[in-house]
Amino acid sequence: MRYLPLTTDDRQAMLATIGAKTIDDLFADVPEAARLSGPIEGLPNHASELAVERHMARLAAKNTVAGDVPFFLGCGAYRHHVPASVDHLIQRGEYLTAYTPYQPEIAQGTLQMLFEFQTQVARLLGTDVANASMYDGSTACWEAVTMARRVTRKAKAILSGGLHPHYVSVAKTMAKYTGDVLETSLPTLGADTDIDALIAAIDDDTSCVVVQYPDILGRIADLKPLADAAHAKKALLIAVVTEPVALGAIRSPGEMDADIVVGEGQSLGVGLQFGGPYVGLFGCKEKYVRQMPGRLCGETVDADGKRGFVLTLSTREQHIRREKATSNICTNSGLCALAFSIHMTLLGEAGLRRLAALNHAGACRAADRLAKVPGVELVTPTFFNEFTLKLSKEARPIVRELADRGILAGVSLGRLYPGEGDLANGLVVAVTETTTAEDVETLATALQEVLA
Amino acid sequence: MSAINQSGWRPEMGGGSGEGAPATFTGNRALMLEEPTIFEIGSTDTTGVDFADGDVAGSRLGDLTRKSAIGLPGLSEPETVRHYTRLSRQNYAIDLGLFPLGSCTMKHNPRLNERVARMPGFADVHPLQPVDTVQGALGVINELAMWLIKLTGMHGVAMSPKAGAHGELCGILCIKAALEARGEGHRKVILVPESAHGTNPATAAFAGFAVEDIPATPDGRVDTAALKARLGPDVAAVMITNPNTCGLFERDLKDISDAVHAAGGYVYCDGANFNAIVGRVRPGDLGVDAMHINLHKTFSTPHGGGGPGSGPVVLSEALSPYGPLPYTARTEDGHVHLIEEERAEEFSNEHFGGKLDSFGRMVAFHGQMGMFTRALTYILSHGADGLKQVAEDAVLNANYVLRSLEGTLDAPFAGSGPCMHEAIFSDAGLPQGFSTLDIAKGLIDEGYHPMTVYFPLVVHGAMLVEPTETESRAALDQFIGALRSVAERAKAGDAALKSAPHYAPRRRLDETLAARKPVLVWKDAPVAEAAE
Repeated sequence: MRYLPLTTDDRQAMLATIGAKTIDDLFADVPEAARLSGPIEGLPNHASELAVERHMARLAAKNTVAGDVPFFLGCGAYRHHVPASVDHLIQRGEYLTAYTPYQPEIAQGTLQMLFEFQTQVARLLGTDVANASMYDGSTACWEAVTMARRVTRKAKAILSGGLHPHYVSVAKTMAKYTGDVLETSLPTLGADTDIDALIAAIDDDTSCVVVQYPDILGRIADLKPLADAAHAKKALLIAVVTEPVALGAIRSPGEMDADIVVGEGQSLGVGLQFGGPYVGLFGCKEKYVRQMPGRLCGETVDADGKRGFVLTLSTREQHIRREKATSNICTNSGLCALAFSIHMTLLGEAGLRRLAALNHAGACRAADRLAKVPGVELVTPTFFNEFTLKLSKEARPIVRELADRGILAGVSLGRLYPGEGDLANGLVVAVTETTTAEDVETLATALQEVLA
Repeated sequence: MSAINQSGWRPEMGGGSGEGAPATFTGNRALMLEEPTIFEIGSTDTTGVDFADGDVAGSRLGDLTRKSAIGLPGLSEPETVRHYTRLSRQNYAIDLGLFPLGSCTMKHNPRLNERVARMPGFADVHPLQPVDTVQGALGVINELAMWLIKLTGMHGVAMSPKAGAHGELCGILCIKAALEARGEGHRKVILVPESAHGTNPATAAFAGFAVEDIPATPDGRVDTAALKARLGPDVAAVMITNPNTCGLFERDLKDISDAVHAAGGYVYCDGANFNAIVGRVRPGDLGVDAMHINLHKTFSTPHGGGGPGSGPVVLSEALSPYGPLPYTARTEDGHVHLIEEERAEEFSNEHFGGKLDSFGRMVAFHGQMGMFTRALTYILSHGADGLKQVAEDAVLNANYVLRSLEGTLDAPFAGSGPCMHEAIFSDAGLPQGFSTLDIAKGLIDEGYHPMTVYFPLVVHGAMLVEPTETESRAALDQFIGALRSVAERAKAGDAALKSAPHYAPRRRLDETLAARKPVLVWKDAPVAEAAE
């Protein structure tokens, strides 16, 4: 078997060295009743690379590939072009098959990369510091809420209606166990975010306000007034960025005085992958750094006085603090953080700004074209690369019908908020640098037909 | 895992390497290359990506156009490739040599996994596409789920947790939900062995339980009598690792499970060490109610320098109804369903007698799909017979290491029988002034990543060695020789070990300084802010 180097001779010789007669002797501690007499029944035996590849390719062929059709889905995962170098570099064995850098002398590759990643993320989000990544945006969002409770010693979190419903669902699930009280609401299918309502809702019991930027419908709002209102009541502002490319065009939440900024880094380097693995971004103000969850990489020197990097402030983490840890997260999303960082380095600031400008321009043109279709109304006047249309019919069946025609038309609000009649005609459309004018025209034409 | 500065070393102690070797202009030593940060070599005007020409007019950004500089350096493509290639060469990796980290299962990461994960039908698919357009992806999740259930002899599986610790949380929350459904939510105590990984009590505490330690016996296992004595109407669950963190099989686990169930509690099993028993023993046969599986350990998905992981949780019949959303289900017509919040109740009524009552959602979307394709590829490659051989070779290799080194290093449990897939040594017998840390750092100069050190806490100065099954006998012999040599040097009082490593890209690093004055981001020298 190709992954097992031991030969039959090896096994016999090693058993002799050990002083055992058969391999079963080494499993002597397993109680008789739990010992299996042979390979587990009902499961196939080993297979060649060729056979396995064929089996998996058949499964892959049953999926509609985003790059093969006009594609307009967003809502927390975005299709961007990842430069060819990224995937080659992350497959270097020294990155792919390395471990968490607990022995820093022989892990400076990973550690320096993480230090660069933390800096890129902090600058992008506009925060003083950032950690070495979380599992994804939704768990990072939840960790921010619990961090706000630790910092403010209050337990009421107000979640904006514009926050991704999966992120809300995760928070609701976790809050059952932590005693956090959540105030949640639905988005409205209109031009405005709920910033004013959030400001009005903050009171002395509030630990934090959580707002998505741009929000689930694509709307953008100034967060500074919300930050001021939160701070006036000694609460924290948590901003959630699910599309980091947006920050190449719009002001960062950190600049608008957000205390904690979290996000989903998938757009850069990582690819859609049907939902994971992704990479959570987590940044905050300097004064809160000891309350941050997750791994942190810091600069130091070695015995020869050379600059080097190590994981640091580990007393926050559960392998040291056990029950008193700031979170139960152990791993981060190292390889995805590397992919994000490489893509960001290839882009650089000028490239990121250009990429963002292309995204926004394409989205503006698409919004204008689609708004001309009879039965289609553009709901969101401000947006980055994702906007919402109100159709003259329920959007979910329209998406279904267009999929049958080979068009992946976007995410219906009915898919995200089933049963909510007020939102049922909403369709969220994402446009990136990978979307062509032909794609938009194809969608517009088909929409016109199915809405007629 | 390493300790923080336990040896009390400071940079001022000196002990430089290569004394007498000539200095170089670059600071490089042939193929050992120094590499600055991107902030020192890149520029905000440089980009390694070409874009389509074309107008980018039009703005619907409100007043929120970014005006200030961000501070993101760019590099051309050749410079980028060189930067990350040079950095990569400062990392140890499985591809370079034996990686003896106990409880991490650093086995070979097959490249077929990488090829399959990158098939566009898996890589370029959005999680919110209509489910009819992703039947293959849902089919992968479902097929892997079936394998995990059969390999463990359990009833159901939660696929969404994103890592091992996340899986532990999932399992504990299923237990909590099951207790509440029985009207027994007042059970507030979880028993955890002293030898457990720190994530175990951290998880229990997060879920609102009080954690109580169970001591170990001199033969390295959980004290069954003490555990049973502590059971009562306030105990919700026991969290146990099997094989345990000392690399030993918990012989009494079935007995313990029976006692816990009789007392009204549940058994959570930390499945980090499943590599020792996969294909030979099923945790379901030992009475386990929930067990997380680390796909990045037992099932060869890459460690990636610290993630991403994947931690699906297999569940007993008692706990399966409470598993998180979403889950996949294959109906008789062959269609694979994705059950999210919307259809959960209806689907449960139609297909599960209305018994399902999920505790909720743990992550956005559906789980670590990229890890599922890799793990399924690996499982199909090995098959049932191959996986059984995996466990056997893993256990054989660890015992070979144990018996080869028990004359050199103290092996506290070597006298009482075989180990499983990992061998544990202690620092007993090392002379004054020499510690496990010195042996670990000396091993680096021999060309190895150190074994797990100072874990579990129940063995003094623990050294936990897990070779895995993907090591040849020659590779094992060389590792054994190296560790023996370093240990002998320690016992002989070789002072050079105190300042090891001498040959690594960096000498020992000052972790105390890093924690006292944290520098977590690059700070440019102050310049005037660039405004647009």
